[in-house]
Amino acid sequence: MGAKKADSGAGRPSSAHPPIRPSAGVGLRVVGRALRKVDATSKVTGTTVFADDIALPRMLYARLLRSTQPHARIVRIDTSRARALEGVKAVLTGRDLPIPFGILPVSQDEHALAPERVRFVGDPVAAVAATSEEIATSALDLIEVAYEPLRAIASAEDALRHPEPRIHDYGDAGNLHKLISLEFGDVDEGFAAAHLVREDLFFFEGSTHLPMEQHAAVADWSPDGKITVWSSTQTPHYVHRALAKVLGLAPARIRVIATPNGGGFGGKSDPFSHEIVVAKLAMVTGRPVKITLTREEVFYCHRGRHPTLMWVKTGVKQDGAITAMHFRSLLDGGGYGSYGVASTYYTGALQTVTYDVPRYKFEGARAFTNKPPCGPKRGHGTPQPRFALEVHMDKLAEQLATDPAELRLRHLVPPNSLTANYLRIGSMGLGRCIEKVVAGSGWKEKFRKLPLGKGVGLACSSYICGAGLPIYWNNMPQSAVQLKCDRGGGVTVFCGSTDIGQGSDSILAYIVAEVLGIDPFDIRVVTADTDLTPVDLGSYSSRVTLMSGNAALQAAERAREILAAHAARQLDVPVERVTFAGGRVFDAADPERGVAFAEAVQAAEAAQGSVGTVGSYTPPASAGKYRGAGVGPSPAYSYSAAVAEVEVDPATGIVVVPRIWIAHDVGKCINAAAVIGQVEGSVYMGLGEALMEEMAYRGNRNVVHKIPSLLEYKSPTTLEMCDVITYLIEDPDPNGPFGAKEVGQGPLLPVMPAVANAVYDAVGVRVDEVPITPEKVLKALRGKGKGERGRVGPASFPDIPWPEPTRVAPPWEGGDGRAASGLPGLAPGVSPGVSAAPQRQH
Amino acid sequence: MPDPKVTIALEVNGEPVEVAFAPHKTLLEVLREDLSLTGTKHGCELGECGTCTVLLDGTPVLSCLVLGLACAERHVKTVEGMAQGGKLHPLQDAFAELGAAQCGYCTPAFLLAADALLAGNPRPSRDEMKQALSGNLCRCTGYIKIYEAVELAAARMRGEPAEPSRESVYGR
Repeated sequence: MGAKKADSGAGRPSSAHPPIRPSAGVGLRVVGRALRKVDATSKVTGTTVFADDIALPRMLYARLLRSTQPHARIVRIDTSRARALEGVKAVLTGRDLPIPFGILPVSQDEHALAPERVRFVGDPVAAVAATSEEIATSALDLIEVAYEPLRAIASAEDALRHPEPRIHDYGDAGNLHKLISLEFGDVDEGFAAAHLVREDLFFFEGSTHLPMEQHAAVADWSPDGKITVWSSTQTPHYVHRALAKVLGLAPARIRVIATPNGGGFGGKSDPFSHEIVVAKLAMVTGRPVKITLTREEVFYCHRGRHPTLMWVKTGVKQDGAITAMHFRSLLDGGGYGSYGVASTYYTGALQTVTYDVPRYKFEGARAFTNKPPCGPKRGHGTPQPRFALEVHMDKLAEQLATDPAELRLRHLVPPNSLTANYLRIGSMGLGRCIEKVVAGSGWKEKFRKLPLGKGVGLACSSYICGAGLPIYWNNMPQSAVQLKCDRGGGVTVFCGSTDIGQGSDSILAYIVAEVLGIDPFDIRVVTADTDLTPVDLGSYSSRVTLMSGNAALQAAERAREILAAHAARQLDVPVERVTFAGGRVFDAADPERGVAFAEAVQAAEAAQGSVGTVGSYTPPASAGKYRGAGVGPSPAYSYSAAVAEVEVDPATGIVVVPRIWIAHDVGKCINAAAVIGQVEGSVYMGLGEALMEEMAYRGNRNVVHKIPSLLEYKSPTTLEMCDVITYLIEDPDPNGPFGAKEVGQGPLLPVMPAVANAVYDAVGVRVDEVPITPEKVLKALRGKGKGERGRVGPASFPDIPWPEPTRVAPPWEGGDGRAASGLPGLAPGVSPGVSAAPQRQH
Repeated sequence: MPDPKVTIALEVNGEPVEVAFAPHKTLLEVLREDLSLTGTKHGCELGECGTCTVLLDGTPVLSCLVLGLACAERHVKTVEGMAQGGKLHPLQDAFAELGAAQCGYCTPAFLLAADALLAGNPRPSRDEMKQALSGNLCRCTGYIKIYEAVELAAARMRGEPAEPSRESVYGR
């Protein structure tokens, strides 16, 4: 297939710099190397201060009373006995914090403490601060809450069947929070032109992040009206905004410090009840207050993977070229909005960025249910559809009698192109990824050739490098850096980004060190403190290396420019020959002629005053202009391909995964070892989702979480984890710092479908849902033994009152990224204001 | 009124210590709250995750399941006792070098479990390592860099010059 040429003139230019020119003759010295992380020593000595490690004089301890009911009205709360308990300093209920909040402006539906309605078992109802955690816990037992139970909604299908009672008084219909319908080109026409049309159904069970660190927060109120909140959050900026809103304080009086996160994976990206409560308790008592959630409570905070039912229909030509795709998803959102509107869009956004899809229709629905809220877990909304799509591709390849690796390689989305839904693809290394894992795994010798019980499966994926649009509408940068050069030669980088273990602090140091030619370990990194650091939106959507990296690059280049100008005068050499390397500033033509970096700073400081610079980053404007076009666009897309090898015991149904080969197109490694760490960690988390992890609830109307503990929520230990063979592919993207793209989330996505496809290769049964448990494999094998299909998975997709689709003509049908006139029935492809000839024909 | 405190004497990281605490407290709580040794972490306080592992008389224990009172006159080693004279323990060094610590929250526990393993078996196989570390959960690394770091440290502790393999830090 030919290339769709991206409309390079569209939108305002990115503030990203082109990849910088390394100082003459020295090449890259820091970027790409497998260096230690800047915080490695504090991590291995146990000196990193996590939120629960903070202890302040006179500190009180808080606990939350949580709902025992999945859905109920609060008739009465009596806190008098709790207040009377010795050692109790304050008790709060919903009345004390009446202002709602929520991460998305469109779903401000949470309260720090439920004012009159509880929506899941675990919903916070009251809070206590006491002189010890034991007293606070005892006080919870003394709070009496009278509930009037309401019918509980246990699943998305249940929500469809029961529009009443409504869990929230907003949303698109009954208990449907969000309904989306988008069509890019006429898919029916595409199906009519197909050689083969295939439909499949899939289900992806919910799972949770399970960070080893439980959420914790400490608040300290000062009588001058200022409050400081330390929290294990991935998004201090959003916590800052939520605190200001709910507490009614000026943001200038609130300081939020994100402590290093003991794992996040998306589970610490929402502003949470406990963060607001602990701040309010500090204000009320005038004393520092700490709260540390129990592991059980972490399961109730959740915001994990949405359980998602999916239907996909694809038309292909004889050679496997896709003519059209129609995708439906139904998400079980739990009790609140969280990131759910974005999650729902994400289940339909990235189907188009791997294989060429000329016509595409997406219908998505999110239901409210009486369970802990779902939200963004690693991969946010994309692992579910990717699982569906990649297993679907495997089935299509089999029907076409084509090798599934070949099928994919033949129809890759071209680099530098626009997709049907107006996502702008830059660098695209998926072909090289597939070739690497096919060669490395011995795919051609193994696929459909291994003995019964052994199999291999292949799958691919792609992920965004940061969302093109911020969560709340604004036209400011998404990331910013301030940089200070000290006359002693030290450099301090200030950035709002939050290190959650992925190494974002280190990335800042490496990039600045590269540009200024100094040792990264001579750089001090100050991050995630709303008083000290300029805003970065947070550690989510795989945005940090690209966005804060670009901001750091800009700040460092500006500092280099200042220093070079003064050094040129000092050394009496042309400025373009001034080179920064090895802690020196020197003449490229005569390296002996130079000064130490510190002397260059001193010269600049003497000439013009203190040396400090700023840098910031705003992503390029989205090419899509239709409603819903905000989810999916990204400055760049990473690509992954994986081959999983499995052993399936037909007697027990137990699936063992000895090895996974994975190739990831990271654009350019800023630190190769850190990249591999992210790939291996992603494979690990994907393996858990493939085989065992599930948020399971009792099947009756009590909707109680069955297993809110680390023992019963099964996650892979050393004994279940597979070997991982990692290939790093570098296809630099012009929007990434030094060409870098993301790696924290993308490599998780191909794991689940690769395992599912391998199970089919091993024993000839399809488990079209995750986790692929022994029970499901056995059920499928028994079915097959009885002459049935040998499949376990959903049997139908419910009727949903889909709205009339927003129709957008794809670029090759003359579209300009805008929706056709809102009038239903207007012919697709008739976009107003389009005069240019179609760029290509499909 | 809170329970009256009890006082015990024990050795922590090679130093004699006297500490007073409420008798119901676990070793985890005594270490973190009464001795300010916050390097020991917790993930569940129910004995499920291994994050609070410390060495009691050289044996890995889950400090959330051990009563502080049970540690009188015994030897406790925590992560704070690993580096000596301002120099990292070879395990700490190898964990830092290979990126075996990502978020770092489970790291102290893995270091101590590995320390106990190497004390009894200076050349553990990968399988022996998996068995020895199977009670410790890590959600970041997929364990692979942890194995490689333990192998690297073990080699260095045996006096062999050892460096990480190119594949382990640069891929293939």
